[in-house]
Amino acid sequence: MSVGASAGSRLGAEQMTVGYGGDPVVRDLTLDIPDGRITAIVGPNGCGKSTLLRTLARLLTPTGGRVRLDGDAITAVATREVSRRLSLLPQSPIAPEGLLVRDLVGRGRHPHQTWFRQWSPEDEQVVEQALRMTDTWELRDRALDQLSGGQRQRAWIAMTLAQDTDLVLLDEPTTFLDLAHQVEVLDLVSRLNRERGRTVAMVLHDLNLAARYSDLVVVMKDGAVVASGPPQEIFTSQLLADVFGLRADILDDPRTGLPVVVPVSAPAPLPL
Amino acid sequence: MLLLLLLALVAAGLLSLALGSRALPLGTVVDVLLHDDGSEAATIVHTLRIPRTVLAVTVGIALGVAGALMQGHTRNPLADPGLLGVEAGASCAVVVAIYSLGIDDLAGYAWFALAGAGIAAVAVFAIGSSRGGPDPVSLVLAGAAVSALLLSVTQAIVVRDADTLDAYRFWVVGSTSGRDMSVFWQVLPFIALGLLFAAMSTPGLNLLQLGDDVAASLGLTPWRQKALGVAAVMLLTGAATAACGPVGFVGLVVPHLARRVGGVDYRWVVPYSALLGGLLVTLTDVAGRLLVRPAELQVGIVMALIGGPAFVLLVRNTRSVRI
Amino acid sequence: MAVLHATPFRLGVASWLVPVRAALVSLVGGGVLFLLVAVDLSVGDFPIPVGDVIRTLLGGGDDAGQRFVVMELRLPQTMVAVAVGAALGLAGALTQTLARNPLASPDILGITEGAAFAAVAAIVLTGASGYGGGLVSGRLQEVGLPLAAFAGAITTAVLLYLLSWRRGLDMQRLVLIGIGLGATLTAGTSYLLVNARIQDAASAQVWLSGSLTGRGWEHVRPVLLALAVLTPLALVLIRSLNAMLLGDDAAQGLGVRLQLTQLGVLFVAVGLASVSVAAVGPLAFVAFVVPQVALRLTGGSRPPVLASMVAGGVLVVAADLITRAVLPFALPAGIVTAAIGAPYLIWLLIRTNRRRTV
Repeated sequence: MSVGASAGSRLGAEQMTVGYGGDPVVRDLTLDIPDGRITAIVGPNGCGKSTLLRTLARLLTPTGGRVRLDGDAITAVATREVSRRLSLLPQSPIAPEGLLVRDLVGRGRHPHQTWFRQWSPEDEQVVEQALRMTDTWELRDRALDQLSGGQRQRAWIAMTLAQDTDLVLLDEPTTFLDLAHQVEVLDLVSRLNRERGRTVAMVLHDLNLAARYSDLVVVMKDGAVVASGPPQEIFTSQLLADVFGLRADILDDPRTGLPVVVPVSAPAPLPL
Repeated sequence: MLLLLLLALVAAGLLSLALGSRALPLGTVVDVLLHDDGSEAATIVHTLRIPRTVLAVTVGIALGVAGALMQGHTRNPLADPGLLGVEAGASCAVVVAIYSLGIDDLAGYAWFALAGAGIAAVAVFAIGSSRGGPDPVSLVLAGAAVSALLLSVTQAIVVRDADTLDAYRFWVVGSTSGRDMSVFWQVLPFIALGLLFAAMSTPGLNLLQLGDDVAASLGLTPWRQKALGVAAVMLLTGAATAACGPVGFVGLVVPHLARRVGGVDYRWVVPYSALLGGLLVTLTDVAGRLLVRPAELQVGIVMALIGGPAFVLLVRNTRSVRI
Repeated sequence: MAVLHATPFRLGVASWLVPVRAALVSLVGGGVLFLLVAVDLSVGDFPIPVGDVIRTLLGGGDDAGQRFVVMELRLPQTMVAVAVGAALGLAGALTQTLARNPLASPDILGITEGAAFAAVAAIVLTGASGYGGGLVSGRLQEVGLPLAAFAGAITTAVLLYLLSWRRGLDMQRLVLIGIGLGATLTAGTSYLLVNARIQDAASAQVWLSGSLTGRGWEHVRPVLLALAVLTPLALVLIRSLNAMLLGDDAAQGLGVRLQLTQLGVLFVAVGLASVSVAAVGPLAFVAFVVPQVALRLTGGSRPPVLASMVAGGVLVVAADLITRAVLPFALPAGIVTAAIGAPYLIWLLIRTNRRRTV
């Protein structure tokens, strides 16, 4: 499957440099997020993948180059307008004590509301849909801080869903979830993409999940993109060794044909 | 680094003995320290300056440690030992003593201040604790409530009786002057006990930063550690306030400085806070004597005048404000 | 039947989401407030039955003498209590929500201390206190003190903003710097008090305790004006403020303009706190405790706006009532607000902690 040639790209970075005040974390990076596809951004800790995503989400301002949204520089587009086209699920979101799930998801409607139109029938409908799609409908009257990690994450994703944008950015949506919930969350993301045509860009730390769920994998190291392409082409033992310092074999998943990373390490000898 | 600070503290102490409305050469100071020859210099050093220097150092150490523990246990950079209601308790007791019993000497104040601090401390501790032990937010809210209550009683009295106000306004400013060594001996047991509790609870404090669960799995009993730490804060702050009146800022600023110097390991932060606290209070006391010579600016005032802007600068230059 | 949490209220195209419990608390609180106001107006040297007071307030009442006492003599003081209580409640709720910290209130931002410093300086430096340390009288009390206090508060606020701004506004940093400023200013005030004549110190102490007595319409008007202008602004900002509770990142993702919202909320909170302290002196505990109490009453996830305003009004009017009617001796209202508010907060805390399981 070739990506990029046929798909357009509403969101992308053009020779972008960005940092947190000192040295730049991301240098001169150019990347197109293909429309209607799922893109996974992976890389070792500190490679700048979260920084990249946050800059694409307009949380950070690049010191060089720009982020492009629908042809314009994203900084030239009004904040509210950006939030109608692009939603972000941040890495470790915080919520006040006692916030209910339904209130959290309701907040996702913020970009579509004004001070005199704060809860239209459409808002109510979208929120209910988001709750049902993430299987949090039964939890809607519970307080967020009383839910399990997986349930909480689903609620946050429901909030992003309620925002109802074409472009969805997710910053490590599966951290702290058990495997079943990781799969659940990513299956949901996949459905969002396949059934609703949403463009998804997500930072993942698990290479196998990235291989399994994304159309395009972008590998970063030290603030630059070192490889990008479909999972089958990207994941090679050489790449893993160069970028992650990991010795691993690449096997093919018998069901999907997609690559599976299997680390090679000598197990400690059993005591005799 | 620790050694350096210790030396600095000793130097500051000597400075404090030497300087004042009448500057004495260091040689004379050392002579007179070693043998009291009844000269004027000896009188100055022994009756006036030794007490205030000793008190300044003691109060500084006590408040520095209290502040470090306070911020560690509440995991909140806004935390100041004064938030636990102890200072308000001491002030209230002192005002009641002045008003109803006519106490007018500093040693007398000290006893009442200790009692008031103790009562307030127990109340705050009781209100702010649930079955899991003291809860940081509850504790501080309880401290604010108890402080406000006691402050209102204090204000009710001073607003009606000008004589009480007259005496109170000098005590409440925080000062090392006018006290003799008896005040020091009065508060020493409490400070010693407080420092002991502090030492006992400091190693656990590192683990508590990781959360109660992690701490418990590493063999700690969280509620016991918290109780120890809070008791230490209350003892130290109560005793310091009893000795010199409320001296604000030390408990708030010094831990930030200590963390700058010693990192986030509380086994270092607490001793650094102690030494830095002692250093800071002693130096500000000296400054207070020099700035408006021959008059004097009380140490509480100078502490805030210097500490305030210094703290603002500190906060500005920290990239992200975290514990 | 599940308890309704929030209900939509629609009017044509417009729609709002009304939190049921908070609305109920506000309504009941409003009723309590009205009653307290009526009782407050009925007591004094010339007692008037509460029923007559209510009639007079609602426009009726045939006794011109009664009407004069109620509307001209007593109403200003009661109104200032209601207005200041509402203003401080709102300012506290906004600051605590913005800072995401229950300890935050306009007081700890140093603004009240700035006002206090300026006011005490005015009293001490001009030496115009009354004999025996009573209330400062004359021009100074009517115009000079409020003006000085207001100027002190605003100057401190501007200084705070300038010192905290560093490529944006970090609320934690703002609060810390506010504490620093506040402590420095308090030291300055203490210095003034220590070096003043005792009569001046006594007068200053009265002002510092927060006092409602002797307030006339000229004190009420600025507070009412501030409320009229700033409350609608606060209501508009509430939406963005709600989103900001989810963290700066999530809020920006939802389209909230962070800097603008922060500035707007601070502007409102500082404005309300400044006019309040100018009118009656520092009533410190009100802005801190009222939102927390309102929060526990309405059971939400953040201090409620309307309920905080109502609760603030209730607290301060109750304090006024107590100082005028219950106590055998005169006491500044600030002392009473703390004496009422503190035990209630303590009781709430004890109740919450009893219910808490390990």
